[in-house]
Amino acid sequence: MDLANGNSQLSQEAESFGENGRSVPAIEFRDVDLAFDDQVILDKVSFSVRKGETKIVLGGSGSGKSTIINLILGLIKPDGGQVLVEGEDITELDDMEMMRIRENIGMVFQEGALFDSLSVYDNVAYRLHENGVDEDEVEHEVLRMLRFVDLEDAVDKMPIELSGGMRRRVGIARALVGNPNIVLFDEPTAGLDPPTARTICELAIKLRDIEDVSSIFVTHEMNNLEYISSEHAIIDRSGVVHFEPEGEVLCLINTEVMMLRKGKIVFSGKDEQIRMSEDPYIKKFIRGK
Amino acid sequence: MNPIYNFIAELQEITLLFWNSIKGLGKKPRYFQDIVQQMDEIGVGSLAIVVLTGFFTGGVIILQSYPTLEYYGAESNAGQGVATGLIRELGPVLSALMVAGRVGSAISAELGSMVVSQQIDAMRALGTSPVRKIVTPRIIALLLTLPLLTIAADISGLAGGGVVAKQLHGLDLNVYISSVRTGTKFSDLMTGMIKPIFFGILIGLISCHKGLTTKGGTVGVGISTTQAVVLSSICVIIADFFLSKILQSFLGGMLF
Repeated sequence: MDLANGNSQLSQEAESFGENGRSVPAIEFRDVDLAFDDQVILDKVSFSVRKGETKIVLGGSGSGKSTIINLILGLIKPDGGQVLVEGEDITELDDMEMMRIRENIGMVFQEGALFDSLSVYDNVAYRLHENGVDEDEVEHEVLRMLRFVDLEDAVDKMPIELSGGMRRRVGIARALVGNPNIVLFDEPTAGLDPPTARTICELAIKLRDIEDVSSIFVTHEMNNLEYISSEHAIIDRSGVVHFEPEGEVLCLINTEVMMLRKGKIVFSGKDEQIRMSEDPYIKKFIRGK
Repeated sequence: MNPIYNFIAELQEITLLFWNSIKGLGKKPRYFQDIVQQMDEIGVGSLAIVVLTGFFTGGVIILQSYPTLEYYGAESNAGQGVATGLIRELGPVLSALMVAGRVGSAISAELGSMVVSQQIDAMRALGTSPVRKIVTPRIIALLLTLPLLTIAADISGLAGGGVVAKQLHGLDLNVYISSVRTGTKFSDLMTGMIKPIFFGILIGLISCHKGLTTKGGTVGVGISTTQAVVLSSICVIIADFFLSKILQSFLGGMLF
């Protein structure tokens, strides 16, 4: 996702073709089962996220959406099945080995999950400080990321001084440090006003279209689906980013929608298809009645 | 069956936490700065309450025992009672209890709210082990500072005893000090210094464990804080008995 280095994208694409010439998905679930005591959380869930693709995961509360993200990060382990990240089976990896996988994954939490005791600068720089990176480099990277989320002014503030939307944006900046190939969003717009929610969606679109990041976007808000699946970002010669709707000429193929209900996938496909679905549960979820 | 099962499961988790916290000691990154910061918060921060507790405990020992000693004409031995009582038992235990109340609650409340607000998950997602970053520095800080706090409690307790003996009972300070010196054995000092190390580990482990296993939002933070203080206080008192017994048989053979 490094803009300055055009070659990295090419080499990434070359890497992503496996032995049989097939593309290795960024994330793959194979028959994943999970239950807590008697409660089934995920029931034989299989899906994959291709490189550069955004998968919007819809579903009501308790449908297992956030669990999917926790499984990818290895914060919890499945009871059965396999979880693969960039072709590597992470199901059996222990916490120490998972650290290596997590370096390549950025995670945006529901409420931002910023460290209260650290300033915005230290929050964003957290990963770099942990790796003992030189302070000059840290500062450069932190400011670059804060510029990406348009929060350069907040660099010296403490998390407690920020509004809800700003906290999420700092959370996104923190997740993007180290240029991860995969970014996971766990209901990043929950509880935000519509314009702020739109800003968060725009960041996700920018990551997908300009930085070529694979991502999972968990949400239950329909306007997020609307924005992400029907607009794309382009960057003009002067470096300004524009958002354009998909139209007659262009159809977004890098965004898929998946819907979960009680631990099962009830829909998987394009946004146009989910809108036309006749399934009563999906219809009710999308239109609210 | 269930309470026994729960107890064993919890014991297992605490043991694992202890193992994980010492396992990463030799590996990089090391969190020296976090250890120093915790030592400041735990050690320097608790100094005042520990000194106060020690002072008045030493005072009350003299207050209560002096009339009896006087009855037997043994008032010149007053310092001995304070010295043995404080240095062997009350200094370590009371300091540990004060620290369990002040620091144990703070640790579990802090970790609990970090769990509830997903900061612990965020830490793991960012590639840091919360055990090495949070638990280990706190346990090390506790096991280093608690013996020092105990020394402070002992000294101020002896001073408190001295003040009461002189001011309320008119005992000559030189008599008091010399009886303190004859009453204090090397084995007492050893017992008094070894116990707080174990108490520190106990308080740190229990509070961190309770904090990290917080469930159920802000209410859960309250519950785990209460449990941390109660459990670590009880464990300190129980461990004190067994440590006394073990140290007595070890040091007793060597020094008496």
